[in-house]
Amino acid sequence: MSDTQERIAEFVTNNSVFLFMKGTRTMPQCGFSARAIAVLEHIGTEYNTFDVLSDPEIRQGVKDYASWPTIPQLYVNGEFVGGSDIVMQMFESGELSTLINNDAS
Amino acid sequence: MFEASRIREILEAGLPDCTAVVEDDLGDGEHFSAIVTSSAFEGLNLVKQHQLVYGALGDLMKKEIHALALRTLTPEQWAARSGQ
Repeated sequence: MSDTQERIAEFVTNNSVFLFMKGTRTMPQCGFSARAIAVLEHIGTEYNTFDVLSDPEIRQGVKDYASWPTIPQLYVNGEFVGGSDIVMQMFESGELSTLINNDAS
Repeated sequence: MFEASRIREILEAGLPDCTAVVEDDLGDGEHFSAIVTSSAFEGLNLVKQHQLVYGALGDLMKKEIHALALRTLTPEQWAARSGQ
């Protein structure tokens, strides 16, 4: 694994709920990232984020890591959960709260 | 600048039993939303369903398509949604 892929693996395994996003939780730089933050805030879970705009290698690296072409990307306990559409869909169905509250406690 | 109708054609050609409804949300040829139905989605989780769509679009996701809000449905879910 490359250094970048190892860094990503560390982020997602050392934090039970982790979001790669554009911008920060207080200042998202993209509507899709803002939606993901809104969902996490609503669920009320603890989470950490990484701003991919601050690091071009991570920005490309997470796309390779999850075979997923877009940002944001949500991980729970090291597992890729989805991008903003899936996060929203799983939030609406209640699946996301269940996943986070069962796995991340 | 990319046409929503072109995205629909690519998806319907690339996925089995596929119906795609694609809209150019901002009219800018870069930000799209799509509802995609395919029998290939049956039995797959949402991540794998979306990966099939991204796979069909290939390199378009890297450049031409800046954003694609995506909802995937199996034919059964589509029928239920359409009230048929």
